Amino acid sequence: MVKVKVEFMGGLDVIFNKQRMHQVLIDGGEVTIKDLIDYIVAEMISNKNDIGVFVENGTIRPGILTLINDADWELEGGEEYVLEDGDIISFTSTLHGG
Amino acid sequence: MSFVPPSDPVNRAKKIKVSQLCEICHCRKALIRRPKNLQRICKLCFFHVFETEIHNTIVCANLFQKGEKVAVGASGGKDSTVLAYVLKLLNDRYNYGIHIVLLSIDEGIVGYRDDSLATVKRNQVQYDLPLEIVSYRDLYDWTMDEIVACAGVRSSCTYCGVFRRQALDRGAAKLGISHVVTGHNADDMAETVLMNIFRGDVARLEKSTAIITQSSGSPIKRSKPFKYSYQKEIVLYAHYKKLDYFSTECSYAPEAFRGTARELMKNLELIRPSCIIDIIHSGENLILKPKKSSKNELRSASEQQPVEVRSDGSVKLQRNTTAGFIDGGKCERCGYLSSNRICKACILLEGLEKNRAKVSLEKDTSVAGAARLTRALERLSF
Repeated sequence: MVKVKVEFMGGLDVIFNKQRMHQVLIDGGEVTIKDLIDYIVAEMISNKNDIGVFVENGTIRPGILTLINDADWELEGGEEYVLEDGDIISFTSTLHGG
Repeated sequence: MSFVPPSDPVNRAKKIKVSQLCEICHCRKALIRRPKNLQRICKLCFFHVFETEIHNTIVCANLFQKGEKVAVGASGGKDSTVLAYVLKLLNDRYNYGIHIVLLSIDEGIVGYRDDSLATVKRNQVQYDLPLEIVSYRDLYDWTMDEIVACAGVRSSCTYCGVFRRQALDRGAAKLGISHVVTGHNADDMAETVLMNIFRGDVARLEKSTAIITQSSGSPIKRSKPFKYSYQKEIVLYAHYKKLDYFSTECSYAPEAFRGTARELMKNLELIRPSCIIDIIHSGENLILKPKKSSKNELRSASEQQPVEVRSDGSVKLQRNTTAGFIDGGKCERCGYLSSNRICKACILLEGLEKNRAKVSLEKDTSVAGAARLTRALERLSF
């Protein structure tokens, strides 16, 4: 079981009941970011029509910035990164107007 | 609504491999992979390269003169917030000697602009910069909400775009400022280049990558210091610096065509991150073939041109077509810069006013909308 903090920013909080910060508990031995994304899609998006705002073709939608402890997830192994207790995962949309 | 900064990480990497180190300073863990060149760099080096690139853009294009007053078109969104912050920082660091003012437009969109203006007001305090707000209500006697109620959601961007362009100029003129900087970034510019290609709009294509735009006869020039800054890096910068910005999409329908171009570019960026800067580079190097020989022009000038009769019975003035678009004309009604007898904003307002008159008759209110608007426009003096 792993306990992480998930943050939705840049307007993404709209599809999570306007709540920006979430504590997430996921069961399992090695939990990866991929598992976290599946969990978010299955359990946390209140309106299923909004799923396309967050994921596209099975992964995070292009234009959403994913950070693991403030580091670009591409540098941490992307979807294969194994979560640790206390990690902060943030998703920030860059798609809104300037 | 107050500002809550993003949380700081509590977990620190225990052991860092050499391959994880920043490629610039080689001493801290890399956190970012730059989309431009795929370089892996740390937070502090990122701040340095991001700011220095903007400084280089400003110096190379000779954007600012010492003592110049500059208005930052501030919407409260990420781009303009980062722009105001970085400009102030660079102005202090490199001593440009410019005076920065925040200039905001209040379109009158409840639930969107009122919240973003609250952000701008906080920015004003955070960065200690003067702020001026110009509203559609004061300038045109209409808010965007009323316009949408009257003309429908589909054309909202047309109205808003035409009005905002004028409003920024008028706001700047009111403050005695002749230079407006906007937060348009590399993604926006590449998007515009693509859209102009898709539409075959060659005339705009050549101009779309210019860093400074100014119509001749207009006292106000506009510039885009973020021309080469990626949207992703701007958002990262705001994130790491914990800048207070507003991020909600406008409540009215976004322009469908631009949305599709943006989607296409985001997908391209995934495969080849440098494509955004490459599109701008391509755009910059496209030069239009000069227009055909003067023979055709002579012939067309001698031919009888069809006369355009407008809906109000006025006639379009004949002019020398060889000169093409003529800059420097003035709108007969509001005095704003226009290539036609009456500027686009006044034409749109006229259309709106006709609708409003009908509505008020049905509700039997004695307010004569047209007269009120004329009076409001008469009162304007800049």
